[in-house]
Amino acid sequence: MKFDVQGQALSVLNRLAQAHWPDRLKLRKPLEKLIYRGSRASFRLAAERAAKSARGPRPQTPDGLFDLALSDEQQMLVEMLEGFASEVLRPAAHDADAAAMVPAELLNQAQALGLTFYGVGEQHGGMAAERTTLTNALIAEALGKGDLSLAAALLVPLSAANCMRRWASAEQQARWLPAFVGEQAAPLTAIAVSEPTPLFDPQQLRTKAKRKGSHYVLNGEKCLILRGLEASQLIVAAQTSQGPALFLLDAASAGVERRAEPGMGLKAGGTARILLKGVKVPAENRLAGEQFNYQSFLDHAGLAWCALAVGTAQAALDYVIPYCNERLAFGEPISHRQGVAFIVADIAVELDAMRLMVWRACARAEQGLPFQREAYLARLLCSEKAMQIGTDAVQLLGGHGFTQEHPVERWYRDLRGVAIMAGGLQL
Amino acid sequence: MNLETPKKFRGLVTQAHQVAANYFRPISRKYDKAEHAYPQELDLLAALLDGMNAGSPDAIGATSASKRGASAEQAAGNKNGGNLSALLGVMELCWGDVGLLLAMPRQGLGNAAIAAVANEEQLQRFKGSWAAMAITEPGCGSDSAAIRTTAIKDGEHYVLNGEKIFVTSGERADSVVVWATLDKGLGRAAIKSFVVEHGTPGMSVARLEKKLGIKASDTAAISFVDCRVPAANLLGNPEIDVQKGFAGVMETFDNTRPLVAGMAIGVAKAALDRTRELLKKTCTLEYAKPLLSVSHAEATLYRLEAEWEAARLLTLKAAWMADNKLPNSKEASIAKAKAGRVANEVTLKCVELTGALGYGEDELLEKWARDSKILDIFEGTQQIQLLIVARRLLGKSSSELK
Repeated sequence: MKFDVQGQALSVLNRLAQAHWPDRLKLRKPLEKLIYRGSRASFRLAAERAAKSARGPRPQTPDGLFDLALSDEQQMLVEMLEGFASEVLRPAAHDADAAAMVPAELLNQAQALGLTFYGVGEQHGGMAAERTTLTNALIAEALGKGDLSLAAALLVPLSAANCMRRWASAEQQARWLPAFVGEQAAPLTAIAVSEPTPLFDPQQLRTKAKRKGSHYVLNGEKCLILRGLEASQLIVAAQTSQGPALFLLDAASAGVERRAEPGMGLKAGGTARILLKGVKVPAENRLAGEQFNYQSFLDHAGLAWCALAVGTAQAALDYVIPYCNERLAFGEPISHRQGVAFIVADIAVELDAMRLMVWRACARAEQGLPFQREAYLARLLCSEKAMQIGTDAVQLLGGHGFTQEHPVERWYRDLRGVAIMAGGLQL
Repeated sequence: MNLETPKKFRGLVTQAHQVAANYFRPISRKYDKAEHAYPQELDLLAALLDGMNAGSPDAIGATSASKRGASAEQAAGNKNGGNLSALLGVMELCWGDVGLLLAMPRQGLGNAAIAAVANEEQLQRFKGSWAAMAITEPGCGSDSAAIRTTAIKDGEHYVLNGEKIFVTSGERADSVVVWATLDKGLGRAAIKSFVVEHGTPGMSVARLEKKLGIKASDTAAISFVDCRVPAANLLGNPEIDVQKGFAGVMETFDNTRPLVAGMAIGVAKAALDRTRELLKKTCTLEYAKPLLSVSHAEATLYRLEAEWEAARLLTLKAAWMADNKLPNSKEASIAKAKAGRVANEVTLKCVELTGALGYGEDELLEKWARDSKILDIFEGTQQIQLLIVARRLLGKSSSELK
């Protein structure tokens, strides 16, 4: 696993600088933080190139025009993360699936990428501006191209930061968020929403939080919690007398019982079952942002899973194309048959449909427009089509697809999770 | 990124919706019943549209969907031009009635073809005339390279011989854009399009088809017997360029396929809207409950709406790419494939959801379910679109992936 973050960043910067370099001053700061704090030489190079180019940055959606283009910053981020996904995540995915955990070295590399900066506001040392939902979705999509379950695991810290920035009060943010942009990794914080009930509805939580003086007392059971076993903190969704709420609690609190809960897929995510028996949580740890909106919290989570599914579905398409062209049957590539070719075409059609539904919901969210409907429809479409693409990818590879010689059987298992997971992540 | 209807076209969308609701809908059933009768109400509307379009670079209608459509704005950066505006207009008008839109004077696909490939002189000469499009023949449908209608150069004329079928507005239009081959031996590259005006000796309408839907639109079979067409009526380059091959005539499709997808989106929206209205006492859509916990009818409505939204976004993407001069053949085919099949599924499901009400002629739902089928067929069937998409993805030629 030799992946030089800085080298990769430089090559992207180089290409970008030659194309059209965006506003130097506006991009310099986030870039430095994103790519490698302390390695400023590379940016001096980029800046020199930038000075030679007279072209200005492209303005974001002037006059409310329809615009599908990514900003230059988003484009660069995507290219860099796609490189990370193909060179680091993909080769590590098989073993991570078998070991049901993320390798330590990979965790370090992911920490070096500094993704959590995208979840922390500028006042707390991060670089999350107003408009971050789509950028977060693009991060998930790019990582999802490498491996769904590793990507989900690596997004847990960013998700926790997003969750706090969106739904915690200003005072809570000042208390919790700076840790996410420090030199050391922030306390790993898992988000626990799902409960082990068939037809689970996250609006009908069985986990209860009762107010007792200066504390809440939590009782209930949470399941399939991404990195739930290794987390040192938990954000738990529980029903209060005023409706569903989120609580940040120490995973070592008395009354918290955890055990590994392996599933069909998402294995690298180290899913866990968590029992809460009379767990005392200080009242000031209830996420108390003025804008707190539980439905919107769920929608931001659903869209994160959708964005991952888009990335993995793209990986599946990119994988089956060369396979169908190389695999011979009856003297010619199987891709010469309509029965095969039409499946490939359908994957492309539905994949693009998924992507546009997710992008639109995210673009609305970050513009401050209502997006509950769009998020719901995106989730519905992605749940259905991602699984179809997963099963088609295995089918196209036939018996070979059924074995672990190829990644499609893993994606098949992982993609089944898209329709099921509630919470866990947050754009 | 912004994937909402552009602000500058919102007025146009509202206008088109008013036309659909107040002009098309009231006569929708009348012309579904009176197949082959010309909807003369459209003359007034067409004149109004011409007037509106005359002073506006963002015109509604077929002719505005061309690569030139956006030429008014040359500024760098993102463009929303003729392809998007035409698409948005078509979606709304087809919410009213697909058949009536197809019957609109001067808005035919022939006009779109002229707008896309004609030279400046031809653009001027054919301005204001109504052109139908004739590609299909009795022996060739989706396989347009197998065209057998011939065009033989004879002095200042081409002499056309052959038979064309399924020509929308073939009888009512002023002229027909006819695809013919200069040399059968040279394959696709030899296929050119010609503007043939009605009244040209040797051209005759053989019959009008009786159809499943879009009955307001006349569908003609036209025969050409030693029909002499001025050489200046050949659209585009008269040379046979084997390198470029079929590309010239096929370019039209990159602009027209999103429009036909837009028709599908319009009629599907009509069915969805009406079905939700009829089911509003039993189905409430809150976009919150898990799909597995709502009623089957509600889940069906959600699913259809999601598919519809997906088709709509894919189509906007294809048109946006055309406006920004990005190569969009694959995306145009993706949009057409998805919108065609979604519209057909949506309209048929809506009849099922509304039961006997939807099946009866008191409602328009059964009509929309008949109208929608053609949108999965003309301008390239769904299967042809999938073939195009697959060839692009797999890097296959038409001889490898047949």
